[in-house]
Amino acid sequence: MFADYSLAELGSIFVMQGFAGLILFSVFVLMALGLAIIFGQMGVINMAHGEFMILGAYVTYFTSQFFLNYVPGLFGAYFFVAMVLAFFAAGALGMAVEWLMIRRLYKRPLDTLLATWGLSLILQQVYRSVFGPREVGVELPNWMMGSISLTDSIEVQINGLFVMGLTIAITVAVALLMYKSAWGKQVRAVVQNRVMAGAVGINTEKIDRYTFGLGCGIAGVAGSAFTMIGSTGPTSGQLYIVDTFLVVVFGGAQSLLGTIASAFTISQAQSTMEFFLSGSMAKVLTLLGVVIILMLRPQGLFVIKVRR
Amino acid sequence: MSSKNDPTNTFSATRRKLLMGIAALPAVPVLASTGLFSTPAQAQAPATSAVNTTGLAVTDTEVTVGILHSVTGTMAISETGSVQAEKLAIEQINAMGGVLGRKIKFIQEDGASDWPTFAEKAKKLLVNDKVAAIMGCWTSASRKAVLPVVEQYNGMLYYPTFYEGLEQSKNVIYTGQEATQQILAGLDWVQKTKAGKTFYLIGSDYIWPRTSMKIARKHIEGHLKDSSVVGEEYFPLGHTQFNSVINKIKLKKPDVIYAAVVGGSNVAFYKQLKAAGIDLNKQTLLTISVTEDEIDGIGGENFAGAYSCMKYFQSLDNPNNKDFVAAFKKMWGEKTVIGDVTQAAYLGPWLWKFTVEKAGSFDIDKIAEASAGIEFTKAPEGYVKIHPNHHLWSKTRVGLAQPDGQFKVVFETPDLIEPDPFPKGYQ
Repeated sequence: MFADYSLAELGSIFVMQGFAGLILFSVFVLMALGLAIIFGQMGVINMAHGEFMILGAYVTYFTSQFFLNYVPGLFGAYFFVAMVLAFFAAGALGMAVEWLMIRRLYKRPLDTLLATWGLSLILQQVYRSVFGPREVGVELPNWMMGSISLTDSIEVQINGLFVMGLTIAITVAVALLMYKSAWGKQVRAVVQNRVMAGAVGINTEKIDRYTFGLGCGIAGVAGSAFTMIGSTGPTSGQLYIVDTFLVVVFGGAQSLLGTIASAFTISQAQSTMEFFLSGSMAKVLTLLGVVIILMLRPQGLFVIKVRR
Repeated sequence: MSSKNDPTNTFSATRRKLLMGIAALPAVPVLASTGLFSTPAQAQAPATSAVNTTGLAVTDTEVTVGILHSVTGTMAISETGSVQAEKLAIEQINAMGGVLGRKIKFIQEDGASDWPTFAEKAKKLLVNDKVAAIMGCWTSASRKAVLPVVEQYNGMLYYPTFYEGLEQSKNVIYTGQEATQQILAGLDWVQKTKAGKTFYLIGSDYIWPRTSMKIARKHIEGHLKDSSVVGEEYFPLGHTQFNSVINKIKLKKPDVIYAAVVGGSNVAFYKQLKAAGIDLNKQTLLTISVTEDEIDGIGGENFAGAYSCMKYFQSLDNPNNKDFVAAFKKMWGEKTVIGDVTQAAYLGPWLWKFTVEKAGSFDIDKIAEASAGIEFTKAPEGYVKIHPNHHLWSKTRVGLAQPDGQFKVVFETPDLIEPDPFPKGYQ
């Protein structure tokens, strides 16, 4: 299939294809980070993860409308405000959900699957009733649209770069929080042995609530960022949930490093195969590969020893 | 009529029960034909016994129809417009005096974006409510689920969506375009005006895009001079990452991108095309899946410059459409937009009214027979006529997307296109 093209064309396509893979990688990491905390660290199977993302997307939409109508001069900067608001809105909803529902289910992790799935249906219908069934279009500031031309044929998407930067920043922040701060130490202690952690004086209920809130807040930021590349509607969250679980489970639920490694593997495999095969076939082969590897390594790529 | 509703059962009961029975069963032909309850205004209306011989929900003053769309679930995004259009048509018909002197009453059921639910609700509407017609369904999957039900219980379905064709039923009137009506003229136009020689086909992976692309490919390779398809791609529904295929498109440099991507994928596809530096003002893109409704989600600035091939655009400049748009906005708000399918849904109740009046009866068999040749001169899209194959004669139009989310009509077929649900040489 490459016979008809010049070497320069091929070179630039490979560069752009590599970049496409990196964007997909960033998107996967951003999607999966929140869930890696909730599912990986707390063991809650949160099927409503996509809906927390979409809450972030709606917050972004309303922030953009607010800026457009009241402070059009600052429109170029609204996205940063929107991401902060999205974090707190999704985080607050997450903490409320944890308090009302999830905390009663820690001893029955499989039931969280059904409960949060129900929650996702409820949230979808709430969005539909409150925001309307139609999708909304989020307007981006001019500087975030389009691409930078490096050479005649190599173009780099600005929003792709933005997502990458955001992903790196959030990943570093989460890693520092989990592995360097006293709070992170407490979270890990609760994960490893809830009873013992309680016995040494850690307020496990409070830790649980904030951890869940943090996971949901990151989902909100991810949703906010995805308004650049995807749709914003009551059911748009469903578009991401399968890939998100795939990344987290494949990486090994307890390991943040595993999540990143798995996002990298899946995104590169998928984006390369999409180039050579058709879109549907690429997806089939990716899933097949994941299934085979999980059959050989049921714990996922990376495992941390946890005492249950 | 089921034994449960059989009036003879009530007659054996007490007098009080008898009276209640009469009140509850105003459709009983014996009573209606005596004219006991008819007022002078309705005296001109033909007797219920004459126009309703099969026990449909028709009284001296009212006739009941069903509206069956998804107002919850994934498809609510698309089907909301259809519900609004059907309600508007019913309201307008009632304001004009209804059908055969009877006001239209509607029972709305929610298909909930779930195909078995559609079948179940259709059965409920036909068996329990005995509706005279159903305006409903949107996706092909929901229509396929409802089809055996309307055929078994002999109902009448008015189906609004443009679809892949390959279907025809006595019990369905297809008010949208079948595939050839939407595809062929558009491809001819793009080849002529844009000198399109190479085409890249891209769609979501299910029956409608696949059938449509098959027809498009046959037309490009067999009927357009020196034209070829340089790529054909399908993506799972809900796919959100199109960077790889966009790179492929950049490599192949097709004259025309021909797209049938739907749902959330649609938004992602156009946003990423724009981000990847493909300027739709320079790269010709023709789609059969984006109406004004979809642009709401995609964002006008991301889609401006693309061409869409439909039979109706909100911006159509004719007196019928001006009235329709004004009435629609008055009923549903200034901000609502009207897409191709919404207009097609609006045709349903009107075509049914004209057919009933021509047949002089609400009976399904008579309506099915009388449908061929029914005209709607006040249709927002201009003029439509029902073909004996129960599809509509209609024009094909191409619109150029503007940044404000509306289309500028740049091409329209001079004549109505004959519907051809089983196109020879395209299967």
